[in-house]
Amino acid sequence: MNIFDILGPIMVGPSSSHTAGAVRIGYITRTLLGCKAVKAEIGLHGSFSATGQGHGTDKALIAGLLGMLPDDMRIPDSFRTAKEEGLDFSFRHAQISGAHPNTAHLKVTGSTGKVLEVLASSLGGGRIMLNKLDGIDVNCPCENPTLIVRNQDKPGYVAQVTSLLTQYSVNIAALNLHREKKGGQAVMVIESDQPVPSDIIRRLESMEGILKVTYLMSREEE
Amino acid sequence: MAYQSLQEIIEAGEIQKIPFWKVILLDDMNERSVAMEDSIQTMEKMWRAMADASDAYDGSLLSHSGLVGKTGAQMETYRQNETPLCGDFMAQVIAQALQMGESNACMKRIVAAPTAGACGVLPAVLIPLYKTGEVTDEQVIEALYVSAGIGQVIASRAFIAGAAGGCQAEIGSASSMAAGALVHLRGGDAQQICQAAAMALKNLLGLVCDPVAGLVEIPCVKRNVIGAVNALSCADMALAGITSRIPPDQVIDAMKEIGESMHVSLRETGEGGVANTPAAKTIREKLGM
Repeated sequence: MNIFDILGPIMVGPSSSHTAGAVRIGYITRTLLGCKAVKAEIGLHGSFSATGQGHGTDKALIAGLLGMLPDDMRIPDSFRTAKEEGLDFSFRHAQISGAHPNTAHLKVTGSTGKVLEVLASSLGGGRIMLNKLDGIDVNCPCENPTLIVRNQDKPGYVAQVTSLLTQYSVNIAALNLHREKKGGQAVMVIESDQPVPSDIIRRLESMEGILKVTYLMSREEE
Repeated sequence: MAYQSLQEIIEAGEIQKIPFWKVILLDDMNERSVAMEDSIQTMEKMWRAMADASDAYDGSLLSHSGLVGKTGAQMETYRQNETPLCGDFMAQVIAQALQMGESNACMKRIVAAPTAGACGVLPAVLIPLYKTGEVTDEQVIEALYVSAGIGQVIASRAFIAGAAGGCQAEIGSASSMAAGALVHLRGGDAQQICQAAAMALKNLLGLVCDPVAGLVEIPCVKRNVIGAVNALSCADMALAGITSRIPPDQVIDAMKEIGESMHVSLRETGEGGVANTPAAKTIREKLGM
């Protein structure tokens, strides 16, 4: 937590957890999708569901999906913007066992037809946690520059990815590995101290067995 | 942050022979690996955003629930046409606190300080003072470092979220931060800054977070007023040389202890306190929540 977590963020009200955090959840989801979203089915859990409307949580999530950041003054009108930009959305109450009180489940379809499922929570002060990506645990705070690499669950990928980061002098702050099942799809979540150069991302994408690479910039880069 | 207590900040300033605000500036440069100009520019952005938020107030708006709005304009009209008991300056502070709280509830852009619910406290004391012409932008920015340092110590020793420690953690912390900022702006030293921060927090210890229907509206908007008014009185006490018998860091620890023993119904769940009154229940039913 730095001084601008205390004085800041600059945000559209009324709540850092229910509004600013919700925008970030939408924004991160949009980034992970990698293209414009055309459809979003959103489940709201706990306090997000109970007091979400009064806090503009719904408008905030949609605003984020449209690429807006928490200080964007267009957030209150995001439903209209969604209509103009062809994003079809729906909300429902969701009961998610063991989830943080401020949690949203987003199932989004991109303009390319790609479907992505995200489970994320708003922790307070505008900070969030990306809990699951397509059903796989990732538990990523999305604060530092973060690389999310999806690959086949086979030996050697971690070594390849980390050695590439070493070549570019990118220091790893945290590294987490998850997989849906043995030999299935695996996810590497790498938080780094430095921004990750686009060269690394391109080289990773061309590696055999790597299914998808997503890069989330740090909050400051945004 | 490198400092876990206000005392450590005072000592660091004494050793390096630099004021309180500069200790925090240097710590930020170190913490985020940024140059001095970058840090100051970011702080300037926060100050600019507060001033813009103040200018953007729309006295005709109501929040989505319809529960709050317009009182900031009402207070301002009263100030201009009547003789407020508190005097003209304090009436400006009250109006500014209400306006910022209402802007937040109406989904306008504000600066969380330390939270969105308490976003009115710092601007309510800084903007009217700035408008008198007594202080420059540079001085206000220094004062914001002071308040950020105080807020950071509170956040690391206790908490700044209503859900964690009640309203004392939000409005209490904001008031403490504002009191320190004011002392700096009036030329007080690091000791006086911390005394003001301690008295402001101590005066609001025990304040519960009991938002009606769980919304950042009732009683949050008006609690920004008590945070601001309390900050001014505590800053004046500190500048008069009055001190807190309980050392500042121990006051923060007391806030933590109180917050931890506070019943969950009084920690931002919208279940206890004013949120549990018959009138609040009626509101809740009407809103379908």
